[in-house]
Amino acid sequence: MKTIAVAIAAACLISTVQADEIDVIKSVGDFSKGTAEARAASDALVKGGSRNLLPLLKAFNGSSVLASNWLRSTFETIADAEIKSGGSLPKDDLLKFVKTTSESPAARRLAYEWLLKRSPQLEDQLIPGMLQDPSPEFRRDAVNRLLKVAETATGDDAKAAYRNALKGAVHEDQVKKIAKALRDAGDEVNIQQHFGFLPSWKVIGPFDNKDMKGFPVAYEPENTIDLAAEYDGQLGKVKWVPLSTDDDYGIIDIGKQLENYKGSLMYATTTYTSATDQNLEFRLGTPNAWKLWVNGKLIFEREEYHRGTRMDQYKVPVTLTAGQNTILLKICQNEQDQSWAQDYHFQLRVCDSTGSAVPPSSNTAKRDNATGVN
Amino acid sequence: MKRLSLILAFLTTASSTQAEDWRQFRGNQGNSIATGENLPTELSGGSIAWKVELPGRGVSSPIAVKDQILLTASSGYDEDRLHVMSFDAATGELQWDRQFQATGRTGCHEKMCVATPTPASDGERVFAFYSSNDLICTDMAGNLQWYRGLGAEYPNASNSLGMSSSLIVIGTTVVAQVESDAEAFAIGVDTVSGETKWKIDRPRKANWTSPTIMPASGNTPALALLQSSAGLAAVDPETGDVVWEFGDGASTIPSSSVIDGTVFIPSNGLTTVKPAADGKSVEQVWNSSNLSPSTPSPVVLNGLTFTVNSAGALSAGSIETGERVWQLRLKGPFSGTPVVSNGHLFFFNEKGLAFVVKPSADKGEIVSELDLGETILCSPAASNNALFIRSDGHLWKFAEQF
Repeated sequence: MKTIAVAIAAACLISTVQADEIDVIKSVGDFSKGTAEARAASDALVKGGSRNLLPLLKAFNGSSVLASNWLRSTFETIADAEIKSGGSLPKDDLLKFVKTTSESPAARRLAYEWLLKRSPQLEDQLIPGMLQDPSPEFRRDAVNRLLKVAETATGDDAKAAYRNALKGAVHEDQVKKIAKALRDAGDEVNIQQHFGFLPSWKVIGPFDNKDMKGFPVAYEPENTIDLAAEYDGQLGKVKWVPLSTDDDYGIIDIGKQLENYKGSLMYATTTYTSATDQNLEFRLGTPNAWKLWVNGKLIFEREEYHRGTRMDQYKVPVTLTAGQNTILLKICQNEQDQSWAQDYHFQLRVCDSTGSAVPPSSNTAKRDNATGVN
Repeated sequence: MKRLSLILAFLTTASSTQAEDWRQFRGNQGNSIATGENLPTELSGGSIAWKVELPGRGVSSPIAVKDQILLTASSGYDEDRLHVMSFDAATGELQWDRQFQATGRTGCHEKMCVATPTPASDGERVFAFYSSNDLICTDMAGNLQWYRGLGAEYPNASNSLGMSSSLIVIGTTVVAQVESDAEAFAIGVDTVSGETKWKIDRPRKANWTSPTIMPASGNTPALALLQSSAGLAAVDPETGDVVWEFGDGASTIPSSSVIDGTVFIPSNGLTTVKPAADGKSVEQVWNSSNLSPSTPSPVVLNGLTFTVNSAGALSAGSIETGERVWQLRLKGPFSGTPVVSNGHLFFFNEKGLAFVVKPSADKGEIVSELDLGETILCSPAASNNALFIRSDGHLWKFAEQF
């Protein structure tokens, strides 16, 4: 009886120590904060061996990416040593963890990849059911399998496979491929809606940005968004005008739809109605310098011109409140004269951290409503 | 007479680096010279000691520490999976592959990738750096020692085309240049703790060059040379204090090289400077508009300096005067800087064509050519009589046949 009590006490102690060490790793921070402690905790967990693998994975939830990297590294060190010494990983526990979609997508993927080293057949068992998985990596694999099916099928079978694949696709290359196949087959695909681009804006400008001096200047729209107002602009009086796009990727092209005012800046505003208070991502693409405000709060600013652009160029975490949220963008053009430095445009979409579109709340989804924006 | 002095210089100039290890970008001294090595000058299928597959993508160069070849890669749709890998130099066997998730931006021009900067080592640790500005330190067994997410700490210090500046290690400091249009700084990080020793503002302008080393001389300790569009700054690696500056502007792509106390700067073509007697300033030796380098950095062998232009023409110039003395047409374009060893220059062009060039005082000769058939943008590494090169897909070792 005494032996059992000692064993239980020892197990509790081990578990407590393990939890303490994981907490130490989870508290590691930027600027090297907590590094020495995290290193010692990681060493201790490595010494504990494979019994620490699952707790390490579970700790990913709620951890920063930086802390997750410490957890990942500790996990890999243990798993690597286990496999190289001829041991085995706790397959059943890891498999169950992979299937638990409430756990961290990154941790589930990590467990899956280590399982695959010994059990490659798991790919066929797991991936087909992961088309709507919270992990973009699992979704990508599931979509790829469906694309292979679609490419070898014909007629309605092919279309059905592509349609199914589209349900899970969150990456641009896959969506492009699917949309082309479906459109070639005569189907309609709304890429803009699929990705959650905001297509309807009101813009005002140009304001002066000669010699790139306008970036720090707070012109009137930064203080108040009054859609009825008229201001002194760079070339005369300016007022808000609607600007929308049918572009697949939601590009609002100031240079082409209005004019490529050199050495200027424009403001663009729209609203997004959120069903609840929630943390989402605004994903912006623009080759121009920019500032972004949400509900009057400056979220990020970046003074870089013509170093390329692409979809999801900037992933900006935002906290939205239930109801209408006001978005304001400042987009700046400089005076470079090279042919590759003439673009003056932006695209912005709203999605979750996996890249899946989060459409605005349906009761306000109509375009050109009373506020003039979507 | 001038020709005679060139020939004498060619015959007598000795390089200053010992290089069994190749611990950072362009070698231990950052000048691409592999002294004491006997690299295979006849490149062929038979000189390939091994070839191994790599994950994801990578433009970074391999480094060599004792019997390990260290390399980085980036994988995943967003290239946000960062790899630090170690291979057995003798067999090519993968010893370990540690993976991390990028904390900073991973967007790049398609020619580049997140794993573009070359890692560095102090012999006990590996320091890996990425376009996302993740700075990772592991020990030689792959155990994480510290992690700095410079992309998260300074989110505006990024370039939408990608960042490529490699690391250098001087003493107990890892030096990184993180320079973009939106924010620019250089940072000295303690090799053991990962803590910041110093951080200095740099010209706010996109910059893809790498820091290099001014070796210690007399009472002057080794300095970190930081290049930018403004010129070149020599920085004390312990404090970040600027010791001297060259302010005539410089390229933002090819980097400077230091050979025997002379700094070869890609500036207004090619410019050489030497520190003044007080060590607080530099004096220009010569400038040559005929020796302008494109992406590869300048190198030196036997009294001649070599640059490659965007058309793939190799130019040789006198290190005494900057006078261009001959040119040789190679098949470009080149991104990587050649390795200099056993009297030869070892080039790899972007299409995967390898050239071994034997230069003499008045001409250059291609003595060997091999098509690897894959895009190669990195600079080769040399260690223990072997040459190492990587493409996105593979890592090769070349050595003399037994």
